[in-house]
Amino acid sequence: MNNKERIIYFISLHRTGLWVIVLSLILLLYPLFEQNPYTLGLTNLIAINAIVVLGLNLFIGYSGQISLGHAAFFGLGAYGSAVATVYFSVPAWPALILVAALVSLVALVIGIPILRLSGHYLAMATLGMNFVFHTILLQWDEVTGGPSGFAGIPSLTIGSFAFDNEVRLHYLIWSVTLLCLLLCLNLVRSGVGRGMAALAGDEVAAAALGVNTRQTKVKVFVLSAVLASVAGSLFAHTYTFISPDSFDIFVATDFVIMVVVGGMGSIWGSLFGAGLISMLPEWMDLFQTYKDFVHGAILVLVLMFLPQGLVTGLIDNARIRLALRKRHHAEH
Amino acid sequence: MLNIDKISKNFGGLPALSDVSFDVQKGRLTALIGPNGAGKSTLINCITGVLMPSAGHIRFENTEIAGQPTHKISRIGIARTFQNLKIFPRLSVLDNVLTGLTCEGGDSMLMAMMRLPYLRHRERQLKLRAMAALDRFQLTGKASWPAGILAYGDKKRLELARATVGNPQLLLLDEPVAGLNSEETAAVGHQLKQLRSSGHTMLLVEHDMDLVMDIADSVVVLDSGRCIAVGTPDEIRTNPLVLEAYLGRIEATA
Ligand SMILES: Nc1ncnc2c1ncn2[C@@H]1O[C@H](COP(=O)(O)OP(=O)(O)O)[C@@H](O)[C@H]1O
Ligand SMILES: [Mg+2]
Repeated sequence: MNNKERIIYFISLHRTGLWVIVLSLILLLYPLFEQNPYTLGLTNLIAINAIVVLGLNLFIGYSGQISLGHAAFFGLGAYGSAVATVYFSVPAWPALILVAALVSLVALVIGIPILRLSGHYLAMATLGMNFVFHTILLQWDEVTGGPSGFAGIPSLTIGSFAFDNEVRLHYLIWSVTLLCLLLCLNLVRSGVGRGMAALAGDEVAAAALGVNTRQTKVKVFVLSAVLASVAGSLFAHTYTFISPDSFDIFVATDFVIMVVVGGMGSIWGSLFGAGLISMLPEWMDLFQTYKDFVHGAILVLVLMFLPQGLVTGLIDNARIRLALRKRHHAEH
Repeated sequence: MLNIDKISKNFGGLPALSDVSFDVQKGRLTALIGPNGAGKSTLINCITGVLMPSAGHIRFENTEIAGQPTHKISRIGIARTFQNLKIFPRLSVLDNVLTGLTCEGGDSMLMAMMRLPYLRHRERQLKLRAMAALDRFQLTGKASWPAGILAYGDKKRLELARATVGNPQLLLLDEPVAGLNSEETAAVGHQLKQLRSSGHTMLLVEHDMDLVMDIADSVVVLDSGRCIAVGTPDEIRTNPLVLEAYLGRIEATA
């Protein structure tokens, strides 16, 4: 091997890691070029949504399940952190971890029975779960503040350093997002990840290959709930104010739309989906009013024409074209 | 090695298998033949836990496996292929074969997320084994293709590669040459012979009588859910019951 080949081999071997490093560098420098707090606030929101979407994509895209209820886990994280830090004066970081642990238990208890369902039934059950959770947020106002929301949540701190402006939050939130990205990339490139892909492909075949299908579904569900909870906690500490509207069933479907637009079973696509759908309302004023319609239309269109999702669908199609062309050449 | 003991299976009152009993001996290739609808696939599904037998016992190395969940049966070393292909069309050919090593890739989600060095090392080993399996079935050049675009014969071979890559103790093959032309059939037959000489134990469901008579050590004949004959290929060839129930019918329809 000469040097050039060696470099190419190194790059192909560490492709994923290199992409993560490139993205990290861009994000590291980003606040030097972009100082507008409004724009930074938006990219921070993208990062928070991306954490939820990464987990949800493992569940929907990789494992072939469906959840229209992940805004509930997002909300449990947010309200959990709010209650723990404001009422019980638990420091914010331990609260985040404690709440995530509790959410994993909740997801386990909910997941074991409802993951016996599949398809439309699973969609309805998770939607119902989110609906119940949202109703509790509205009704139980002694704790949640009801429709008027929950204010006065403290910022996250390290020592005496408070993450209380957009630039500081940028570094904090994107660090967490990149960490989650890395963990998810590792997971899908492992034996467990292939088991998940097999499960999405065909449950009987997966089981015949030794995948414990029921257990895998529950595990991925719990993992995705924990990621949503962490994102929720970050959300609460970022805005210091939360209200039930951020966790209703429309938000839950928006998360699914982000997965679908980004691409089923594409970790990088999750970032794209979260980014695009979070930014759409910024581009069109009119959009605010008809947001739910437009999101619904996007979902229907993508599912009709590219059932794998926008990015993955396009990439898959390209891969298939390329391979077909190779096959054609091989045959002639 | 595998002992089928008075297995029955009913679908809503209609019997698909009744009191089927036979043994699969270690290191031998046992063929399971019978006309369409005889219950061959149903039996394979009962052995692998995809279906729950209505009555009877299935013992593997003297442990009862009837009614166990499919993944447990797979993990004790029973691999299978499917009559109507179950490959994963979106995954690459190599990844399809790697799913055959799922159990060996480590089970813990947390460990997988950390990608510790020992896991990375294991991944490399698994990849090498998967490439070797692709090589055995002449699929090396197509390793990176999405499996969905493979030609039918390649897909059949891919399933064989996926089923054999983990070196299972017992291999259940449900019509591995169905739909292949005679050239491809001969190639697969040759590969099955090789698998047998490397010590694999196989239960082969097949229609192709020439192939069965050529490579099987013993033959089990099912007809309408009943086991009507067990014996060597030569015994089966001359068994009047079989001739009447099975071969006769094929000639009648041919
Ligand atoms: N899931 C099922 N539900 C109802 N009947 C079935 C089912 N699977 C198979 N059968 C019936 O059981 C009989 C045996 O089928 P099968 O095992 O597929 O036969 P073979 O593989 O020998 O061609 C057939 O009559 C078929 O219609
Ligand atoms: Mg059959």
